[in-house]
Amino acid sequence: MIAELGLAALWLAAALAALQLVAGVLGLTVRGASLGDAVRPVAIVQGLLALLAFACLVYVFAVTDLSVKLVALNSHSMKPLIYKIAGTWGNHEGSMLLWVTVMGLGGGFVALVERRLPERTMLATLAGQAFVSLGFYGFLLIASNPFERLSPVPAEGNGLNPLLQDLGLAFHPPTLYLGYVGLSIAFSFAIGALVTREVGPAFARAMRPWVLGAWIFLTIGITAGSYWAYYELGWGGWWFWDPVENASLMPWLAATALLHSVSVLASRDALRAWTIMLGVIAFSMSMIGTFLVRSGILTSVHAFAVDPQRGTFILVLLAIYIGGALALFGLRAGTVAEGERFAPVSREAALVFNNVMLCAILGIVLFGTLYPLLAEAMGAKVSVGPPYFNPMSALFAVPMLVVLMVGPLLRWRRDTFARVGRLLVIPAMLVIAAGILVVVIGGAPLLPFIGLVLAAGLAWASVLPLKGRNLRRVPLPVWGMVIAHFGIAVSLFGMSSESAFSIEKLVALRAGEVTQVGPWDVKLDSVEPVAGPNWTALEARLLVRYGDDGKVTQMLPQARGFWAPPQQTSESALLTRWNGQLYTVLGGEAPAARQAGDRWQLRLWWKPFAPLIWGGGLLIALGGVLALLGRAAADLKRISVKDKIASRRERQGR
Amino acid sequence: MAGTVKAKHQRLVLLAIALVVLVAAVLLSAWALRNQASYFYVPSDIVARPPEPDRAVRLGGMVEKGSLKTAADGVTIHFVVSDGKAHVPVVFRGIVPSLFVEGSGVVAEGKMGTSGTFVADNLLAKHDENYVPREMQNMTRAQAKQVVAETQ
Repeated sequence: MIAELGLAALWLAAALAALQLVAGVLGLTVRGASLGDAVRPVAIVQGLLALLAFACLVYVFAVTDLSVKLVALNSHSMKPLIYKIAGTWGNHEGSMLLWVTVMGLGGGFVALVERRLPERTMLATLAGQAFVSLGFYGFLLIASNPFERLSPVPAEGNGLNPLLQDLGLAFHPPTLYLGYVGLSIAFSFAIGALVTREVGPAFARAMRPWVLGAWIFLTIGITAGSYWAYYELGWGGWWFWDPVENASLMPWLAATALLHSVSVLASRDALRAWTIMLGVIAFSMSMIGTFLVRSGILTSVHAFAVDPQRGTFILVLLAIYIGGALALFGLRAGTVAEGERFAPVSREAALVFNNVMLCAILGIVLFGTLYPLLAEAMGAKVSVGPPYFNPMSALFAVPMLVVLMVGPLLRWRRDTFARVGRLLVIPAMLVIAAGILVVVIGGAPLLPFIGLVLAAGLAWASVLPLKGRNLRRVPLPVWGMVIAHFGIAVSLFGMSSESAFSIEKLVALRAGEVTQVGPWDVKLDSVEPVAGPNWTALEARLLVRYGDDGKVTQMLPQARGFWAPPQQTSESALLTRWNGQLYTVLGGEAPAARQAGDRWQLRLWWKPFAPLIWGGGLLIALGGVLALLGRAAADLKRISVKDKIASRRERQGR
Repeated sequence: MAGTVKAKHQRLVLLAIALVVLVAAVLLSAWALRNQASYFYVPSDIVARPPEPDRAVRLGGMVEKGSLKTAADGVTIHFVVSDGKAHVPVVFRGIVPSLFVEGSGVVAEGKMGTSGTFVADNLLAKHDENYVPREMQNMTRAQAKQVVAETQ
């Protein structure tokens, strides 16, 4: 019953999306103007219906209604409740439903609160949003219905992939989707502005909070996903250049570029066509990511199912949306008037540089991700990994980071290096000092070396915009910028330190034996069986000590066996200190050699300053939140002042 | 200088710079990909045409029955990957994926050593029923049964 309700809500939402599209388009014409009033309410109801459908799916998962095919295939009655609920989006259909729900709610939210855009641009925007939603509704209803019933009802479900049975699943996909799909709003704004040709600072100011919101969620989603992969997969790595990671990185790169260009447009009325194009590209990257992941065309842990019909369907959707938007851009971009000019040394120029470099990195990542597909079409099976991605993206990231030290200090429109040069003496000295220090410590390969010295300079340079200002009066968005840029330095330091100074140790130990990894003494105390709600495990008790006189701490890595579906996972145990993380994984039992006694495989890493990678990521997101709060507060203030003026005028009878 | 540049010209200059950088990025990546992409081999290919010793490649096939041996240190393993026609010895130091057993499919990432032994630094085994390395999919359909039968 609940499943049918959900399906009905989904159909209704799809129908309303069609209505929203038609009414929005007709509302732009003279004769259909009266239809325009219907668009906002329809958008809101459409979002709520999608939410209802999603709630129904969550419900059937929570109660494990096995007569629903999706539940039977992906859930199990013995799972803890939190994983039953999170399992709703741990599969293809459920995650696509989450996608359209977020998209519908996003559109509804825009319709509810966005009042700054001219009404015609707003209509075109909401029509664009409905157009994109409609395709994904069609995809769900035709090619991947989440509410399909199963007869006869099985006695038990197949269970959820144990790698996904983790709290990470509860947070990572929803935040990432909020970011992915939030970019659809920027996309629709860009379409709307192209249709009505109204591109200017007012448009940019209206668009900025939405881009910022989506970007914050993307940043958090990527950071959380990276940390999840780091501790769950037990490989000790935090970024694998897996197609799916690239699929989330590419929209982030485009959104970061968009965020900066939209600021230029809002403050200086420059980079008009460029900003619009980035709006189109950012969401296109989200859709390409979905295509890569959901179609099963690339090998990935995230490829839930391989179904050619689905792949073709998403490919057609992609061609329509991206091709259509780019065609519209090609037709209309020439008619968007030129923006203001600026000198080669100015904040605008620095931001243009940042944009171009981000786009180049985006191109590198996109090309590397798609190359295996191209090669396969030509008959060669290849995979592309860190030896390509790391140096190639660094080639463009390094100049960008250097400019990042200078850019925020420059004035708009025109500036000279002489004015800011004095400020940069300390960062330059820090770069040199860090370089000497790293050489003395030794052992750092080229890329981590560059990363470490840049991080030192950038950490100082990023707070320079606060210099000489009354800190209480610095606007929130400036704080946001400073904190986000500082976060980049922190994260860069963590990444470089992790890849330069990590120490790995692989041993087979008997109970009672001790081994060293970096500054740690690790003693295997015992290995005991333990049991959880739907798994059994072997748990190693490790007693670890930092240095010679450190406190002895216990760590409990497990090798888990799940029975539904039958699968082994290794649960790593992590110990965080201020200067790094000890990472331990329990392997299997090593066959006894000549001597008697069981030996257990252990894989140990000491990763200096690794937690800063994700700490920096969160700082970047925090910077975004502060900027968003600052903008929203300013908008609210403006609205209330306007209202006051209006009511005062009314009182005075004017 | 900037004062004399017309808005239209500035736009063209910016466009040109962006295009040049993007084209450079694409050309660079095409060049790098040719050198860095890691090719997939089955045992008979790698025996017939071995890759250069320093090149990262992937080797896929079936783990031959009775070939899996653990060295005295407890963490180094030796096994033989076969596709029914050729056999390649593989050495790997690390914790093997739980689904890695004799007779199962495996993709080993690593380099071909000079002595004809493949030095793997990562092993990918069949993760679960939803995740099969794509190369193995074709292979299991076409050859797996035969290979398993032969290697048993």
